[in-house]
Amino acid sequence: MNAVLLLAGRELRTYFNTTWGWIVLASVLLFDGLFFNVFGLTERPRYSAEVLEDFFFYTSGTVMIGGLFLTMRLLAEERQTGTLVLLESAPISAAQVVAGKFLGAWGFMLVILACTSYMPALIFVNGKVSMAQVAVGYLGVALASGTTIAIGTFASALARNQLLAVVLGGAFTLVIVICWFLSRFTEAPLSDVLAYVALWDKHFQPFMRGRLNTENLVYFGSVSFAFLLAATRALQARRWQ
Amino acid sequence: MIEVSHLSRFYGNHRAVDDVSFTIASNTIVGFLGLNGAGKTTTLKVIAGLLPPSAGTVRVDGEDLADAPESFRKRIGFLPETPPLYREQTVSEFLRFVGRLRGMSSSAVEARLPTVIQRCQLHGREDWVIDQLSHGYRKRVGIAQAIIHQPKLVILDEPISGLDPVQIVEMRKVIRGLGQECTVLVSSHILSEIEQTCDRILVLQRGKLVFVGTGEELRGRKSGATILSLTVSGTREAARAALDDQPGVKVLDVQDAGDGRLDLRLELAEDNREAVVDLLVRSSLGLRRLEEEGDELEDIFVALTKSASATGGAR
Repeated sequence: MNAVLLLAGRELRTYFNTTWGWIVLASVLLFDGLFFNVFGLTERPRYSAEVLEDFFFYTSGTVMIGGLFLTMRLLAEERQTGTLVLLESAPISAAQVVAGKFLGAWGFMLVILACTSYMPALIFVNGKVSMAQVAVGYLGVALASGTTIAIGTFASALARNQLLAVVLGGAFTLVIVICWFLSRFTEAPLSDVLAYVALWDKHFQPFMRGRLNTENLVYFGSVSFAFLLAATRALQARRWQ
Repeated sequence: MIEVSHLSRFYGNHRAVDDVSFTIASNTIVGFLGLNGAGKTTTLKVIAGLLPPSAGTVRVDGEDLADAPESFRKRIGFLPETPPLYREQTVSEFLRFVGRLRGMSSSAVEARLPTVIQRCQLHGREDWVIDQLSHGYRKRVGIAQAIIHQPKLVILDEPISGLDPVQIVEMRKVIRGLGQECTVLVSSHILSEIEQTCDRILVLQRGKLVFVGTGEELRGRKSGATILSLTVSGTREAARAALDDQPGVKVLDVQDAGDGRLDLRLELAEDNREAVVDLLVRSSLGLRRLEEEGDELEDIFVALTKSASATGGAR
């Protein structure tokens, strides 16, 4: 566990110490703020819950994309710069490496999420929102970003360079997200399977409305775990355990 | 004690390392020599626990690499040709991180750090960001990360590549210093460097170990023929008349050197250069220079690797 925390801490510090981390942070906040201003704060009277729902809708998109850009460097950059050998020659397992990298990137994403909190605070000041909806919405966004980061970690473990990592991660995420669309053109039981697999449509939307259920928690947890396991296997394939 | 026994490593059908066996006593510096593509780096990566062997065993103080690769890695320090460095960190931050990564406690890292800084001659550079260091200092930081956890065996892959002459001299001192606390395996394709730094030399050619011994023993493996390079004063005809048809003497080359002088290259079946000198003097060819060619260690190394390639056999 010490090695996992050590790696996570280094990753987290690296995001703060490099331009790339700040670029991703600023981009997510910029687009999230723009969407909130243009689509959330309209002249038309709306319920605060609807505005908050919209906020989580936009935020889920920006953090999922931001998560992919955060993860592109995790392992692919180490491979490109030759520092992966430091981790491979250390007495730690591939699972510890992957867990440390994932936690570092997810930790930075949670910092970004914390920076978005001024928007729900604005709704809170100017309207009436349920704190439960805020908490559950943020939980959903955190889980969705965590899943994207797990997917990106897997892509980064496979790819030779960072560009390929972000393209691969984007492709994997897109496939899982558009499953809801594909489910509409297929018949049962395939349509049921595709609808269940869909990352955003079936499993994220309830969080936006403040609805928390175990099925969705299990879904995000299991998809993240599966991709982290795949990343571990990809790393093991390149190194002797 | 490092024991490598019948080690082989394949990449698909290509045999990169072929049945290599050797032992290294503790606290010795061993040079691992071979031309590019000889299989040095693959062998080093297997010994470092980064690649699984296709066959054979690697043991450090009796512990088999195959039994416990993770704990085995605590006993090994590895510096690849390009030092693996997080360039945004300072030297001391980086070494602290690597020490902790290799299982050391914070207090153990702090206690060890001054020794490593001194051993790798990094005084005054502890707080420098690695990206700002010269290539030579980065190599030293690379060595520092390899020894921070006090390994039994340190593997340095081409540690002098890309260094200038001053940095090479300093690197030699650093490597010699390492021999006081651990066993060191240094790879290079430059024989003279290996000879000056190492106690023993291993020569690898096409994945096979073709020589194990000291630099002196390697010199003793030179080919039987003696090549002499001479400068004499006299005519080409006089030289030919004196040397042609002499038993055991073959004239390889005759070149005009100007001012009535000739540069000659002779191959002697036996090293009877006194007789050749006597012959030249009696033939009124004034001897101005005589030296033996082909006894440079590099020539012996090239001959050794060529003969190993031709025969495909190991010593």
